[in-house]
Amino acid sequence: MSVTAVGGTTRVVRAGVLSMRVDVRSVVVCVALSSATLVVATWSIMVGDFPLSVRQVLSAVFGDGGDDAEFIVQTLRLPRALTAILVGAALGMSGAVFQSIARNPLGSPDIVGFQQGAAFGSVLVIVTWGGSSLAVAGGAVVGGVVTALLVYVLAWKRGLSSSRLVLVGIGIGFTATAGVDYLITRADIYDVQRAAVWLTGSLNGRSWDHVRTVGIALAVLAPLVIVGQRALDRLELGDDTAAALGIRVDRAKLGLIVLAVGLAALAVAAAGPIAFIAFVAGPIARRLVGSPGACVVPAAFVGAFVLTVADLAARRVLAPTELPVGIMTAVIGAPYLLWLLTRRARTGAL
Amino acid sequence: MTRLAASDLTLAYDDHEVAAHLDLEIPDGEVTVIIGPNACGKSTLLRALSRLLRPKSGSVLLDGGDIHRLPTKEVARRLGLLPQSPIAPEGILVGDLVARGRTPHQRLFQQWSRADEAAVLDALAATGTEDLVDRAVDELSGGQRQRVWIAMALAQETDLLLLDEPTTFLDIAHQIEVLELVTKLNRESGRTIVLVLHDLNLACRYSHHLVAMRDGRIVANGTPHEVITAERMHDVFGLDCIVIDDPVAGTPLVVPMGSAAAVAPASTGSLV
Repeated sequence: MSVTAVGGTTRVVRAGVLSMRVDVRSVVVCVALSSATLVVATWSIMVGDFPLSVRQVLSAVFGDGGDDAEFIVQTLRLPRALTAILVGAALGMSGAVFQSIARNPLGSPDIVGFQQGAAFGSVLVIVTWGGSSLAVAGGAVVGGVVTALLVYVLAWKRGLSSSRLVLVGIGIGFTATAGVDYLITRADIYDVQRAAVWLTGSLNGRSWDHVRTVGIALAVLAPLVIVGQRALDRLELGDDTAAALGIRVDRAKLGLIVLAVGLAALAVAAAGPIAFIAFVAGPIARRLVGSPGACVVPAAFVGAFVLTVADLAARRVLAPTELPVGIMTAVIGAPYLLWLLTRRARTGAL
Repeated sequence: MTRLAASDLTLAYDDHEVAAHLDLEIPDGEVTVIIGPNACGKSTLLRALSRLLRPKSGSVLLDGGDIHRLPTKEVARRLGLLPQSPIAPEGILVGDLVARGRTPHQRLFQQWSRADEAAVLDALAATGTEDLVDRAVDELSGGQRQRVWIAMALAQETDLLLLDEPTTFLDIAHQIEVLELVTKLNRESGRTIVLVLHDLNLACRYSHHLVAMRDGRIVANGTPHEVITAERMHDVFGLDCIVIDDPVAGTPLVVPMGSAAAVAPASTGSLV
């Protein structure tokens, strides 16, 4: 096995006929982000009405911390922290894929209506069948995929124009939100309560069920997205250039979109339509890694970190009142959206 | 038959027919330039020759086989294409961009073989862009950027190379620079090169073979001397001109008539 430098921070690892390009800076960024996420998550498990020490948390996680601590950690706070990490990662990765395909930071699933579509699907399931969390997840995936198809069909005009995609997506997003409102007015009060808590994008009362939903989604879909990153990087050179390099453009795009919709929809199924994580993760990851390309893996780590921090803040800023995490992510994401819009308005690109 | 050829090719975008019943053989080992007025279908023909556009009927033959039946990755190892306006991702370095030309030779776990490395170094050397390797593509001048894109297409190591208007948006010195590079690539490695160009005089000087198109048909096809005549320029471009010999290269030189010819002597007189 040998390692050689090939410009920038990229190194090549070779063993026999196998060779991999590895960007050292991405690896460092991912390791740093995951350590930071672990620290914040541990902190978030420590604080609350029943404060715990680091040692109590660690022993409770491994199952010998005394009954009270074990119940609080294993049943209440650990699933919540894990849901935050996994949902953040799924949204971050999904956002990076969509932004890359749309060649536009406004192309993320929370802006162009896919998350709203997934929310509509879930609420429909809650209101009509009152379904289990598996059924709600199914509703989210179907809602997300149908919305994505609708957006792409309507925005397609001899190829995919990024500004059309964003505008059509925002329109469809509003329609889905209106649909959700309509369902709520028709539903009975118990279902409405259940739907309302979930709709604000909340990590309150997450159980191992939710961890499982988004955990399985990540385990299956993330490796496929990582394989697809190669095609994604080539697509950024333009459809014609990618095709000239031997990429099957339409197939690659469709596959990546299905994977990214799946990630976003299952994240929505687990924690509601949390806004702005998918939107900010990709650009932050690109900035940190300092290389072009979709950075799908660093974006997942950024998403996990940002959502974990946002959740801790949501629980603590007005303690003992806990805010829905969606409010905290909006506090981070909204100013960035405004900045992006003013900057793009000046350069004339949407 | 040559390695790349079109047979009874009809091309259309949706229902709008752009070209009908084209037959063309691209001579091996030569530089072919496609000329014609705007919207005559020359870029469309190039897209079809590089399998980016599926013909409505007829076929493009690469090494005798229908190009659309070959795996696209296999085509990409034999035929390279530089589209009219490729997009450089924000902040990408020259070295990374050129390396992407190796895509069709790579696999999931074979991302950077020694052959990849050698091909990229060769491509950089051939285009004189070695010194730019660590620069961001966004900061380069138009001419440098075009050389880098050509380097990417070269790194693909294909015998056939198609370039769609590689000189657009370049000033005259950079146009010459790019076309000299094309000539060098043809002479030194015997590559077959097909270009779409707007400038007739540069097309004459830098091609072995010219293809003139108008309204989706191939009007003339041969050496520059065979194709470029005053009469044909009138037919193809609706341009009144005289054709003389280029004093440097001896190739045809198109000099448009226009109304300036009539006033030129008078204005010269008044200046003196």
